Amino acid sequence: MKRLAIFLKSYIRECILAPLFKLLEASFELLVPLIMASIIDSGIGGGNNAYIIKMGLLLVALAAIGFGASCAAQYFAAKAAIGFSTELRSALLKKLQTLSYSELDSIGSSALITRMTSDVDQAQNGVNQVLRLLLRSPFVVFGAMLVAFTIDTKCALIFLAVIAALCLVVFSIIFITLPMHTEVQHGLDGVTAKTRENLNGVRVLRAFTCEAEEETEFEHRNERLTALQLKVGRISSMLNPITLFIVNIAIIALIWTGAIRVNIGALTQGEVVALYNLMSQILIELIKMANLIITMTRSAACAKRCAGLFDIQSTRLSGSETPSDAAPHGSVEFRGVSFTFPDGSAPAIEGISFYAAPGETIGIIGGTGAGKSTIINLIPGFYPATSGSVYIDGLDVKQFEPSALNARIGIVPQKAMLFEGSIRSNLLMGNAHASEELLLDSLITAQALEIVESKPNGLDERVEQGGRNFSGGQKQRLTIARALVKQPEILILDDSASALDYATDAKLRMAIRSMKSSPTTFIVSQRAASIRYADKIIVMDDGKLVGIGKHDELLKNCSVYREIYSSQFSDDGGTV
Amino acid sequence: MKRDRRIKKSLNFSRVEVLRKLLRKAKKYLPIFICSMVLAIITVSGNLLIPLLIGQAIDHIAGAGSVDFSSILRLLIWILASIGSASIAQWLMGLCNNRMTYGIVHDIRDEAFRHVQKLPLSYLDSHPTGDTVSRMISDVEQLANGLLTGFTNFFTGVLTILGALCFMLSVNPLIALVVVAITPLSLLAANLITKHTFSMFRVQTETRGEETALIDELVSEQKLVQAFGYEERAQAHFDEINGRLRSCSLRALFYSSLTNPSTRFVNALAYAGIGTIGAIAAISGRISIGGLTSLLSYANQYTKPFNEITDVLAELQNALACAARLFELIEAPEQTPDPVPDKLKHLPVSAGSIEFENLSFSYSKDKPLIHNFNLNVRSGQLVAIVGPTGCGKTTLINLLMRFYDPDSGRILIDGVDTLELSRDELRRNLGMVLQDTWLKTGTIYDNIAMGKPDASIEEVVAAAKASHAHAFIKRLPNGYDTQIGEFGGSLSQGQKQLLCIARVMLARPPMLILDEATSSIDTRTELQVQDAFQKLMRGRTTFIVAHRLSTIKEADIILVMREGRIIEKGTHTKLLAQGGFYAELYESQFAH
Repeated sequence: MKRLAIFLKSYIRECILAPLFKLLEASFELLVPLIMASIIDSGIGGGNNAYIIKMGLLLVALAAIGFGASCAAQYFAAKAAIGFSTELRSALLKKLQTLSYSELDSIGSSALITRMTSDVDQAQNGVNQVLRLLLRSPFVVFGAMLVAFTIDTKCALIFLAVIAALCLVVFSIIFITLPMHTEVQHGLDGVTAKTRENLNGVRVLRAFTCEAEEETEFEHRNERLTALQLKVGRISSMLNPITLFIVNIAIIALIWTGAIRVNIGALTQGEVVALYNLMSQILIELIKMANLIITMTRSAACAKRCAGLFDIQSTRLSGSETPSDAAPHGSVEFRGVSFTFPDGSAPAIEGISFYAAPGETIGIIGGTGAGKSTIINLIPGFYPATSGSVYIDGLDVKQFEPSALNARIGIVPQKAMLFEGSIRSNLLMGNAHASEELLLDSLITAQALEIVESKPNGLDERVEQGGRNFSGGQKQRLTIARALVKQPEILILDDSASALDYATDAKLRMAIRSMKSSPTTFIVSQRAASIRYADKIIVMDDGKLVGIGKHDELLKNCSVYREIYSSQFSDDGGTV
Repeated sequence: MKRDRRIKKSLNFSRVEVLRKLLRKAKKYLPIFICSMVLAIITVSGNLLIPLLIGQAIDHIAGAGSVDFSSILRLLIWILASIGSASIAQWLMGLCNNRMTYGIVHDIRDEAFRHVQKLPLSYLDSHPTGDTVSRMISDVEQLANGLLTGFTNFFTGVLTILGALCFMLSVNPLIALVVVAITPLSLLAANLITKHTFSMFRVQTETRGEETALIDELVSEQKLVQAFGYEERAQAHFDEINGRLRSCSLRALFYSSLTNPSTRFVNALAYAGIGTIGAIAAISGRISIGGLTSLLSYANQYTKPFNEITDVLAELQNALACAARLFELIEAPEQTPDPVPDKLKHLPVSAGSIEFENLSFSYSKDKPLIHNFNLNVRSGQLVAIVGPTGCGKTTLINLLMRFYDPDSGRILIDGVDTLELSRDELRRNLGMVLQDTWLKTGTIYDNIAMGKPDASIEEVVAAAKASHAHAFIKRLPNGYDTQIGEFGGSLSQGQKQLLCIARVMLARPPMLILDEATSSIDTRTELQVQDAFQKLMRGRTTFIVAHRLSTIKEADIILVMREGRIIEKGTHTKLLAQGGFYAELYESQFAH
């Protein structure tokens, strides 16, 4: 929580002024019953018209000042709360962008999205309410009691009792319902998850005619949510009637005691009226405070979750060196590299060593889960090696200055993903200053020019969220072009041609090979054909490197490679 | 400009229209509503009686030695009775209101979900998932909040105003008129504010939506962002939207929070007015001090609901904006309905002959894709769809599965127009394995049994064995009962693919649609899977988006697609002899 206070730092002025103005308003409100008492006792009692009018004008003046103070308070509170949430959201994104792949994996995107959206909103609401009410409500409650003591000690004791009773009721109801609110939240999460899943799987669900079962399942969850909401509602809706009841009982006691005190001359009629009015004020404020406490506990839980994100230590690499210019450009070396995922028990890759010379094409092949993707994720240091070292241009990636490392590597991930914007904005992602010519060259090499040409707006064609207005193959080629625009020394294709047909795949590989800049190219693939002509082929099996060499050599002396190859070329397509 | 257009989009319905739609949904809660009203009347009259009684009691406390204790006692007992009944009635009313609100919200959510099941794919393909989810979740939540405050405060508020007015008139008509004269100010101020804030809230909702979409993208694809060193520009883009959100939120929040102070101010004025005029009247004996006290209480009770009602109005503004977005979803046109039962044709188990007759289709009018396509597929034939990447091969799948309907022409299965079949029956005849593997939350068993929910565990295991998924399932912690998380969680891409195949393997439909199904399966088991597919395809009409030359060569018919159009069809040898685009494609296989 303290951690989040810094986001209010630029709003210290607002944070002080908002409650201050609220207190000002509250003080004026407390004066009103006293003025009324003197109107009754001195004005009516003394038959003094002028006095009454003077006091009436005073009431108007107090109202006006109160209004001004209250508007000011609302403004400052809103400004601080909105400023707080704006900066918090921005800082959360900034922090999130420094997290390494391991941390992103373990937190999960849906949790991160919740932090940045609804959690921040709740925290904002909390700040706003706290600034407005946290000081004001207790001030009015205790202020009213103090004023009561100045009027009459005996009657004021009733105030003391009623405040204690009200606090007891209000807090017990809050503490009973709070855990129930958490349950409701879980219920809502369940409904959300079902909705998301249904939308994402709509094609498969419809293909298997699962609509009816989906509806039943959704209705079941929705039913549960409603039941939980009603359960909380049953208890929370007792709050108002009970408080109202208690206060009125107190008023009954007050009038009875007042009557006795007036009868012996210890109290005036006007003062009884004043006490009665003060009691009403306490009731209103206590209800406000109960609501505030509910908001606060909810907000605090959300704020805590946000703060937790800032506590995560990023394991992302942050070296400061760059290799000397004399070093070869585009060399990659693994020396005894092993890597275990944070939550994994067995290493994903173990004891991997190889050298890729500048300009070489390296194929990586192996079954699912053999560790192919892990190897290439270690090259840009997305995951740091658990043991052993990865060298690029002769420098350990752990020592590399991050942006210098990033600039050297162009990666095409398995899942082709485009961002909302235009084709151009997507291509410029890794290299904001690329020339038009470079964009076109990259598109040609990636076999993606025809996509752009087929669009009415060319490079400025709109890309919808997730690139949903492009087919899988189109997206894949555009993501390849995007990597090429970076003009990387090292190009990594992580099974990036899976949605391409053999012909396009082959053309693509040829185009990359004939590139002028001739980057060192890593091709991860399940298809033997895609890597057959690589300078070196790395064969992975169950996290271990079981063969490295050219196609013909491997065919001779690597049984795993032979098996993979024959599984794909055993039929009459084998002549391909 | 772009932003403005989006705002208009959510304004398809006027506020009155939205309210009317909402009331229609609430119809079945009429009995509870009536109960709630009766309880509200009891609550309000109990509450309103109290100040009158207290005023009378105070009149009996005139001064030292002149206190009438027996009258006071009688009055206090009356107070106790009214507060007792009012409290109980208020509690019961709360229960009724909860039931109504959560009931309505529950119904709307169910309806929305059911509606989504009937929405055409074209709608779902063109609306971001996040947006639809937010309509069904957060918009509904806000609607619930609005309705609850509405039910709770609106009627008691109105009743209190009317009741307090009557009581005041009975105590002193002149002062009552003063109150009536001042309070419209409060309404005016509140009305002005809500009118002002409605558009602010809408801008805020829109901007927030825009920001949420960006967050969704940046967070889910954070790895990609980092891989391209895009962090700073992403941050800048975000901060730009965030900045806009800041200013529009500040305006919305500030202006809407002015309602309370303004109405409180008007109340304070009313209070001062009554106090002054009442006191002057008291001097000439036209009103007792107790009467004045009651009037001051009533003035508070009378004006407080104005506060609440204006609060409610503010909340309702927001709720209506949300409801409007919700109705946009609920009332989005459904896919064309299945034929009525007596016109419905049946095809319990198709023989598997498929005929395309003068079929034309396009996603958007200005870009015709398939034009007058004719094809006759006999039962058991293998149709390979080939073509360069992105040539629109999935279009045929969309049409066969009736995810999209043709613009003209027909698709006939066993001579029956697919439009005359129910979608369910059609789809039960077609097994589909898509390139994007998708698994639902649930157990492995649930996922395999998706197309045949009553399948026995033996059948499921047999299907898993046939698709070579059994081996890895066996090694999972709970075997077939292992839970898989949202979007397949910890399973590898290949394993997910195997499960998708097992799913079809179990259902054994007479026709198959396979979309690059084997592209990401472990190469070493691919051969076995191929074998399983061979078994599955035997005797079944199969459409396959094919990449493997062997599959293509075996095909009875090859459809060659390019830029969304089917440009060639025939057998491998025939197409090669033609020397067209297919031949070119085939040649390029040797080119590397």
